[in-house]
Amino acid sequence: MAYTPIIPLLLALVLAGCSLEPVKPWQRDLLAQPSMQLDPAPVDSYLDGHIYFSKEAASGGAGIGGGGCGCN
Amino acid sequence: MQLKHDKGALRRTLALAACALAGGSHPASAASQPWSLDSAVLFYNEVDRVSVVEPVVFAKRELADGGSLGLHGLFDTMSGASPNGAVASNRTQTFTSPSGNSTYSAAPGATPMRSFRDQRLGVGLDWMHPLGRLLRSNLSATLSSETDYFSLGLGDTLSLDSADRLTTWSLGAALSLDQVQAEGGAPDALTLLSAPATAGGGGDESKTVTELQLGLTQVLTRSALLQANLAVAQHSGYLTDPYKILSVVDASGATVDYRYEKRPDSRQSQVAYIKWVQHLDEDVFHLSYRYYSDDWGIDAHTLELNYRYELGGGRYLMPHIRAYTQTAADFHRYFLVQGEALPSAASADLRLGAMDGRTLGLKYAVPAAHGGELSLRVEWLQQSGEGHPAEAFGTLRSYDLYPTLNAYIVQFGYSTPL
Repeated sequence: MAYTPIIPLLLALVLAGCSLEPVKPWQRDLLAQPSMQLDPAPVDSYLDGHIYFSKEAASGGAGIGGGGCGCN
Repeated sequence: MQLKHDKGALRRTLALAACALAGGSHPASAASQPWSLDSAVLFYNEVDRVSVVEPVVFAKRELADGGSLGLHGLFDTMSGASPNGAVASNRTQTFTSPSGNSTYSAAPGATPMRSFRDQRLGVGLDWMHPLGRLLRSNLSATLSSETDYFSLGLGDTLSLDSADRLTTWSLGAALSLDQVQAEGGAPDALTLLSAPATAGGGGDESKTVTELQLGLTQVLTRSALLQANLAVAQHSGYLTDPYKILSVVDASGATVDYRYEKRPDSRQSQVAYIKWVQHLDEDVFHLSYRYYSDDWGIDAHTLELNYRYELGGGRYLMPHIRAYTQTAADFHRYFLVQGEALPSAASADLRLGAMDGRTLGLKYAVPAAHGGELSLRVEWLQQSGEGHPAEAFGTLRSYDLYPTLNAYIVQFGYSTPL
């Protein structure tokens, strides 16, 4: 409950703080870096996903599928 | 020389496997494309509870058509003890395993824990396949097998880029077919443990999970992008944990018996997820927030930050902070009271109770030969809930009904092109 205002806050920050001038193809140097990928460390996310799936009631969000286990 | 030879043999074997799985791409073209390997060994340790060792390997191959093929495999070894749902008592509590073959005990005042040992083998396949200049499909299949659980998952996500490739829409669907093969058979829900003639003896149970997800990824600036996902899931079938029980207490709060738990056979959940990725001169952060809600009455919020701090020369430090909070499921009870009407569903599983979680972690990575990476990740996790809930009475007031969980993970990672 404590984090409820975060979605609109984040959206407002992003939308207000960034000029949405289209990025040109030759301006994609930073976006192309491995660290800028949506999931730069798939193994870490996979292992974390498994840990939290087995320890918490909530799951999902970043992706779908991934397979179940008897841990929850 | 020997190394080089072995590498070639491995590459050919993997290429052949890839061809077989991808439905017959040409071996010659497959062998000319490089593979990359991402691997890790995870050591997960809960204080006084469960330990898991999990080696995992991800292999990825870029395909000639612009797609890619990913394969992964893992092998978990789990051992230790987890709370069985019963509350602490002023006497020694002894429990018989569902198969009736073994017993375990909890000392006076201690939270009863069920010991277990299991292994899990998991394999998966991802096949990204272009369907047009801007449209692609990502097909996935997973298999997971344990002594008492089997899961088969299938999924596909279609992604469509805008003409300027600054926006990507995605639509995904996934299906998971699971079999619960509980030790001794699934017990009859809510039956008393003291009445073994009616408990246990059930056969295998099954459950199905279907998921749908709509996603949007937007490049905001030269150094920022945003991802937003909305997902719904429907869980149907046997959603109960066959090993979890609830204490039945008398008017003084003393435990007089136990019942097997029972969860509803349907669960619908919704998730909203947003992630912001920002490049700052050198460093990069990933900030995400997730809202989860389901018809069991659980609302959960997750806030997560990874900050990649560049040390120069390809080395980096990455602190990780995660905060989590959830409300309790409507049917979560710490215990049942003798003489009161039985609810239609009840579980004392701490994971379905109101709870807060926090994680602090740090990863250190250095470049390895041929563009690879070596890393070490260390994290601390904690989960805490209301140990003295208002519903506790009598002797139950003197016990911590939600013992705090502390866990540590240590993970060694290695990635390399092959």
